[in-house]
Parts: sequence; structure tokens; C-alpha cells
Amino acid sequence: MTIVVGYIPSPEGEAALERAILEARRSEVRLIVVNSSKGDQLVDDRLIDAKQYHELEARLSDAGIDFWIERHTQGADAADQILHIAQAQRAELIVIGLRKRTAMGKFLMGSNAQRILLQASCPVLSLKASSDW
Amino acid sequence: MGGFAAALTPINLLFAFAGVILGTAVGVLPGIGPAMAVALLLPLTFGMETSSALIMFAGIYYGGMYGGSTTSILLNTPGESATVITAIEGHKMAKAGRAAQALATAAIGSFVAGTIGTALLVTVAPIVVKFAVSLGAPSYFAIMVLALVTVTAVLGSSKIRGFASLGLGLAIGLVGMDPVSGQQRLTFGFAPLVDGMDIVVVAVAIFAIGEALWIAAHLRTSPARTIPVGAPWMGKEDWKRSWKPWLRGTAFGFPFGALPAGGAEVPTFLSYVTEKKLSKHPEEFGHGAIEGVAGPEAANNASAAGTLTPMLALGLPTNATAAVMLAFLTMKGIQPGPLLFENEPDLVWALIASLFIGNTLLLLINLPLAPLWAKLLKIPRPYLYAGILFFATLGAFSVNMQVADLWLLLLIGLLGFALRRFGLPVLPLILGVIIGPMAEEQLRKTFQLSAGEVSGLWSEPLAVGIYVLIAVLLLLPVLISVIRRKRGTASAAAEALLGDDAAGGPEPEQAKPGHGNENSKAAERNES
Repeated sequence: MTIVVGYIPSPEGEAALERAILEARRSEVRLIVVNSSKGDQLVDDRLIDAKQYHELEARLSDAGIDFWIERHTQGADAADQILHIAQAQRAELIVIGLRKRTAMGKFLMGSNAQRILLQASCPVLSLKASSDW
Repeated sequence: MGGFAAALTPINLLFAFAGVILGTAVGVLPGIGPAMAVALLLPLTFGMETSSALIMFAGIYYGGMYGGSTTSILLNTPGESATVITAIEGHKMAKAGRAAQALATAAIGSFVAGTIGTALLVTVAPIVVKFAVSLGAPSYFAIMVLALVTVTAVLGSSKIRGFASLGLGLAIGLVGMDPVSGQQRLTFGFAPLVDGMDIVVVAVAIFAIGEALWIAAHLRTSPARTIPVGAPWMGKEDWKRSWKPWLRGTAFGFPFGALPAGGAEVPTFLSYVTEKKLSKHPEEFGHGAIEGVAGPEAANNASAAGTLTPMLALGLPTNATAAVMLAFLTMKGIQPGPLLFENEPDLVWALIASLFIGNTLLLLINLPLAPLWAKLLKIPRPYLYAGILFFATLGAFSVNMQVADLWLLLLIGLLGFALRRFGLPVLPLILGVIIGPMAEEQLRKTFQLSAGEVSGLWSEPLAVGIYVLIAVLLLLPVLISVIRRKRGTASAAAEALLGDDAAGGPEPEQAKPGHGNENSKAAERNES
């Protein structure tokens, strides 16, 4: 069994990763970190670069868990990518970060989070950037 | 001064503003140049006042030059072939955390050079006109041949590819009715071709459709990351190190632009080499020297201003944007050429005044907004090119409202894709399409004057001089390589000739291809 987490270098992504590490340690399962870009933009800050990759690697090994990082520079759509990996790994949990989107923004741009929530066959844990009330 | 009055009307000011905004945007986006933007806007200008449209185009033209430097500095992806050199030092500066200074020196340098260049245009153009009015058809034809040959053979990386592209352009230019005898040429019995291929359709197809197909074939890239920049600013030291390169860059840029050979690549490179030699901090070159950004940026803007000299004074465009602007004038029923200043003084002076205004506007919107422009690069490219294709199709259809144009658009678009695929430069083709028919007219006139005698071609002394010049330009590279091979590379004479380069060490030679070539290939396609 594994836990899959969608990670981008943003407050929401960090919150999701932090929680996912916690969950992985608690249930002693493997954590798969997914970071992907479709590669259709010339500039994409959501893709982690080599330095961030190594920092992430160091952080995960320090946490003492079994992990795997999936980084795609020319991957599929983020939601598809996460769902695909979760299905292939028979994930027991998907962890994602949520951000504020207006109804109009969601209508225009679509929502990766919504698609993951609706299409995943396993529990999905979603987090906001700050979890204090 | 009447020009300023015309250019400062609120409506024209608005068009100038729209032009510079649009120009900067297309300059920032690699692959989309001012030539494509102007070509896409051509159909929209049918209902517009000629001077307003021309003012907007001038804004796009200058804006593209500013915008290109932003991507060069922040991403090392030159949006224009003219800013390839800027990327060498500019991107290094950005990596060292001096992106703000690099952007500032580029913007202010462009402003200084653009303003001086435009002022030079005002003084030089009437002189050229005076000289040009006395030219007969044979000399005129010779000058056009010179422009075509230099753009094709001297500027490009491969002569064969350049001439292949030029040949295609001339062939497209020939389609339609013979202007003298009325015979149909290359129409293959296809009625819509009798009037010739509309220049709007050709330009839109080559620039927009060809580029969109090419991008569609290479849609995915590994995305880069933005380099954070604050608002551009410069310290006292930066000013001190920048102002001389700005002036020297202008001095290099304008004459090269003004020659009917054109091109901003040569002067930017010359400026870079000069700054490197004159700099008090030569060790900084290759690691982000501010002079290496200031000089070439000034040179490319000055040459942009220079390019307008042959366009306005002789009716001879030497880069793609000028070519499309000239096509626009012809479409509007205005005869470009030496008589333009005499027949349409209001138009010309309004255009020149708008260049000054556009330049100032560009400085104002670029200095504080540079980081914002870089955000354009986050637009997913499928959306961008879908929009371009839509406008291209709409534009091509609206010219004559005939379906045949859409097929032509697609066909020539495929040709544009093939050009990019096989590394053929686009510029000779578009110049061939536009200058070709003009050159033909002069050629026919020459033969009519000389009663069909071939010797009529060299019946004027100036024409003879120009043909000699063309021969020298074509033979010189061959001669040099032959001489070098004979004497061997270690020959003393060759070293004396290249002495300065050799003294500068092998570093400049290596630094240039390393950076220049990989970028220039990408930028050459965008050449505009």
C-alpha cells in the first residue's frame, strides 16, 4: 500500500507534503511524491528544479520513510497524472493541497482538485495552506 | 512639427499606445514577432485612417525590439534574432541577481538609441530622397538586387538555403497577370490567382500559420523557471558604465540599419565585440558585464530606426516588419518610393513623430512593468496559438472574402512550416514576394527604355557601381577562404588581419558560438 501526494512548491503544496509525510510515517507505508508539468508553457514555477529536487529528497530521507519522487517535465495533466499513479500503485490515500478558486475561475480553468476528489477510488485528504482555525 | 500635431491627437496617441503594448507583448513571446503581429492586424486596418494604422505599426515595430530583450535577459531565450547577443551577458547578469539593472540598461539604452536613431532618420531620409529622385530605372533595379542579395547571402547562415527561400518568394511574387503584356503567369488556370496572391495572405500564412504548425509539432518543452526581478533600476556605477556603450551601439546600429542590406545581427555583434575590447572590466565579460547588454541593445534599436530610412526614402524594406508595413501602404493605394515624402508629407511626418512618442511610451511602460511582461510566458501555448490561428484565418478571409484564399493560406502555411523544418530563413522569402514585383517593374521599364537591349541594365554609372559591389560581396567570402586554404591557417597575413581577435584570446570565439548559435537558430525562425 502507498500514499500518493501531489506536490508543487507553494504554501498549499508544502502543507500537503507535510501532512503526507506524517500519514506515511504513521501507517509505515511508501510515499510517492508527484510533481509534474505539461510543458506547454515556457515558464512554469510549479515544476521543481534540480535544487528543489535534491532538497525534497533530503527532506524525505530525513523523515525516515520509504519514498519515491515522480517528476515529469512533459507529463500529462496534473490530475490525470496523480490518478494514474494512484491507480497503478493501488494507493490507500491521496493527499492534495487546495486553494481558493472562484466559481468563475473554476468554470474557466477547471479544477484539478475537483477531478481528483470525484474520480479517485480511494480516500482523498485535502488541505488548505494554513490549517489553524 | 506638423507631424507632432497629427501624432498627438488623442486617437492617434491611443493607437500608438496600443501599438507599443502589443509590440512589447509579441516581442516578449519567443516565436511571435512584430512581423507576425503586423501581418495579423493588416485586415483590421481596412477601415482605419492610414496614418493611425501606420502609427500603431510603428509602435509594434519598436515595441518588439524592447520586448525581445526582456526574454533574452530573464530566460536566455531571445524573442528576436536581434537580441541574441543581449542574452549572452544579460542572462548571466540576471543569474547573478542583477536582472533589474540589466533590464534597466536595456530599456534606457533602447530609448536613447531609438531617439537618436529617429533623429538621424529625420536628417538622413530627405537627403536620400533627393538622391533617389534622380535615380533611373536601371539603378533602382540594381539597388533592389543589392538588397535581395545582401539579405539572402550575407546575413544568413547558409547561402544555398537563403537563395532557395528567395527563389520561392520571387516565384510567389510572379503569380498573377503580367503587368505589361497581361499574360497570365503561374495561375494554372485557377481563376482566383489571376490577381496574384494577396500579400496579406502570404504574410499571415508564412508568419502565423507556419509558426503555429511548427509550435504544434514541438509543443512540449521542459519549462524554465522565472528569475525574480524587482522594478528595474540602476546605480551610479551602472550609469557610468552604460552611457558610452549606448552611444557607441547607436553609432554601429544606425548605419547598418540604413543600408539597403539591413539586419540588426551584425551591428549588435560588432557592438558586443567593441565593448569587450574597450571595457575596463574585460574579466567581467562572459559573467554578466553591463556594457555587454547596453551596447548591443542600443545597436539593435538604432538599426531598427535605420531600417526605416530605405523603407521611407526608397520604398525598399530590409526586414520583415518593414516589408509588411510597406505592403500595407501599397494596399492603401499609396505609392512607396522616393516620392512618398513629397506626396504624403503628413503621413510621413506623423509616422516619424509617432516614433519619438512611441519610444517615450515604451520607456515609461517598460521600466516599471518588466516583471509583469515576463508573466506572459506563463500562458499555455495551446491557448496562444489557437488564438493566433483564429485571427490568421479571419484575417486572410476578410481580405477578399473568398474561400480560395483560405486554401492558399493553408498551403503557404504548410510551406512556412517546411521552411522552418528545413532551416530555410523566412526573411528572403517575404522580401522576395514584396520586392520581386517592384524589381520586375523597374526591370521592364529598363528594357522598354533600352528597346529590349540587355546592355540597358548597366547604362547608368551608379548601376555599374552597385553590380560591382554585389560581385565583391559575393566573391569576397569565397576569395578569403581560398586564400586561407592556400596559405594555411597559420599564415602571418591572416593572423595580422585577424590580429585583434587573436589577441583577445580564444575566449571570444568560443563564447560566441556556444551561446550565439543555439539561440540564433531559434531566433532566426522568428526573424522579423
